[in-house]
Amino acid sequence: MSKTLRILFLGIILFLLCGPLIVVGGVSLNAKKRLFFPPDGVSLRWYHELLTESSWLIPVQNSLTIATTSSLIALSIALPLAYFLWRYRVFYARALFTLGISPFILPPVITALGFLSFWVTVGFYGKMIATIISHAIFFVTLPLVTVSLGFESIDHEIVEAAETMGADSGTVFRTVIFPMIRPYMISGYAFAFVLSLNEYIVAYMVAGFTVETLPIKIFNSLRYGYTPVMASVTVVFVLLAALIFGLIGRFGDLPKLLGAMNPEETK
Amino acid sequence: MIGEKPKGVLAHVALAYPALMLGVFFVIPFGMMVAVSFFHREPGGFYITGFELTNYRNLYTALFGRTLLFSLFIAGISAAVCVSLGFPFTYFITRMRRRVQVVWLVFLMSVLSLSEVIIGFAWSLLLSRTAGLSNLLVWLGIMDKPVAWYPGFAALLFGICYLAFPYTVLVLYPPLSRLDPALPEASLTLGASPLKTFFTVIVSSLRNAIVAAFVMVFVFTLGVYLLPQILGRPHHWTLSVLITDQAIYQTNMPMAASMAIFFMVVSLLLVFLTMVIGKRKRIET
Repeated sequence: MSKTLRILFLGIILFLLCGPLIVVGGVSLNAKKRLFFPPDGVSLRWYHELLTESSWLIPVQNSLTIATTSSLIALSIALPLAYFLWRYRVFYARALFTLGISPFILPPVITALGFLSFWVTVGFYGKMIATIISHAIFFVTLPLVTVSLGFESIDHEIVEAAETMGADSGTVFRTVIFPMIRPYMISGYAFAFVLSLNEYIVAYMVAGFTVETLPIKIFNSLRYGYTPVMASVTVVFVLLAALIFGLIGRFGDLPKLLGAMNPEETK
Repeated sequence: MIGEKPKGVLAHVALAYPALMLGVFFVIPFGMMVAVSFFHREPGGFYITGFELTNYRNLYTALFGRTLLFSLFIAGISAAVCVSLGFPFTYFITRMRRRVQVVWLVFLMSVLSLSEVIIGFAWSLLLSRTAGLSNLLVWLGIMDKPVAWYPGFAALLFGICYLAFPYTVLVLYPPLSRLDPALPEASLTLGASPLKTFFTVIVSSLRNAIVAAFVMVFVFTLGVYLLPQILGRPHHWTLSVLITDQAIYQTNMPMAASMAIFFMVVSLLLVFLTMVIGKRKRIET
C-alpha cells in the first residue's frame, strides 16, 4: 500500500485513540468545578483533591491493596501450574491450563455471577478478601500465559547440562530455571496488576457496596454528580499503565510476550 | 527430564495448589451458578434449593429476547469494525522496526488496560455539549452551536470499538508478525499492486486468523457492561446489564443465573458455528 495512505491511516487511528484521552487531560486541569474543554483556567487542584479527600483516597487504597495482593496470588497459582505443564506433558495439567484460561474468555458477567453466588454462600460477600481472591482467579490467565511462554523459551540442553553436573531438581530450579523465567513472572504480575486496578464488574458484584474500588468510585460519581477529579484519576491511570508497560517494553521483550517470534526465528 | 511422566505423589505436589485454588474458587462457583439457575426464587430472601425449570421458562420474555438480540447485534458490528480496521493496522505495525513496534505496543496496552468506566467517561466528555468535539466544530465555524452527541447508538458503538480495538490488535498480532515477509515480496516482485497483494496474499493466507480474531473480539465485546449505561439509552442496555440488575437490584439470583447460563450457551454456540464455517471455507478453497 502506498506510503502516504499508510501514514494517513495510522495517523487517523492514533488520533481516534488519543482523542478521548486529550479531552480528559484537558478537563482535569479546569480551575472551577466544571467539566469544560478547553479547560476554563488551569490548576492542579483536582489532582490534589484525589490525594487528600478521603472519599477518593479510600478507593485508591482499596484498589492498590486488591491489585497488589490479587496479582501475587494469581502468579502463585500460575507458576507451579506452568512449571508442571512444561516439565510433564500430561493431559490433566493441560486441562487445568484450559481452566485457568477460561475466566478470561467467558463474558465477565458470567464469572462474576459465579463468584457472587459462591461468596454469598460461604459468607464472605462484601469483604475485601472476596474481591482479592476473585480477582486472582479472574486474572490468573495473564501470568499463566506469560510464565508458560517463559518456560517454553528455556533451552532443554541447559537444564540437562545442570543435571549432568549433578544438580538436583531443586537446585536446577533455583539457579537455572528461576532466573530465566523471572522477567516473564514480572510481566505476568504487571499485566494482572494493571487489569485488576481497572476491573469493575467482578469487584462490583462481589463487594461493590462495601469495598469501593476506584472504577466503582468513578462510576458512582458519574451517576451522582460530576467532578473533574474523575478526569484526574483517569489521567493518573493512563500514565500508570503507560509507565508499567513502558518498563516492560524497555526491559523485557514485549513483542515476544505478545506472541511475536524472535527476530532470528522469523526466517 | 522434560516431557516425562510424573512419578509418585511427590511430583504432583506442585500441581496440588493451583488445582485446589482453581477448583475451589472457579469450578465450584461456576457449578453453584448452574445449580442456582434451577433453584426456586424466594422473594425477599435469596433462594430455596430445589430443581425446577421455572427460571428458564421465565426467560421467554420480549425484554430478554430483545436484549439478547441487541447484545449479539452490537457485538457483531463492533467486532466487524474492529477487525477490518485492526487487520491493516496490525499489519503495518508488524512491518515496523522492533523498537518502533514496542512504542506502539506500549501505547496499545495502556489503552487496553483502561477500565470501561474510564473509556465511557472519556467518550461521554468527548461527545458532550460543554467539553466535546462539537465545540471544536463551532470554533472552526462548521457548526452554529455545540450539541450533545450522546447518549445514543452511535456513541455506544464508538465506545465499544474504542474498548475492543487494542484487544483486536493484540489478538491479530501473533499471526501477522509470524507471516513470512517473503510472501508479499514475491507477489510484489511478480508485479501485483500493493493493494492487490494485501488482499490476495496477506488477507487470504491469514483467513483463519481473521475468523478467530473476529470470534475473540465478538465474545470480548459481548461482555460490555458499563458502556451501554454511560453512552447508551436504556433500550441499548446489554444482557450483562440485565443480568446484574436481576442479581443485585431485584435480588433474583436464580433468574440472573439462568440468564447467564443461557447467554453463555448462545455465545459458545455462535463461536462454534463461526469456527465451523471458517474451517469449511478453507477446505473449499
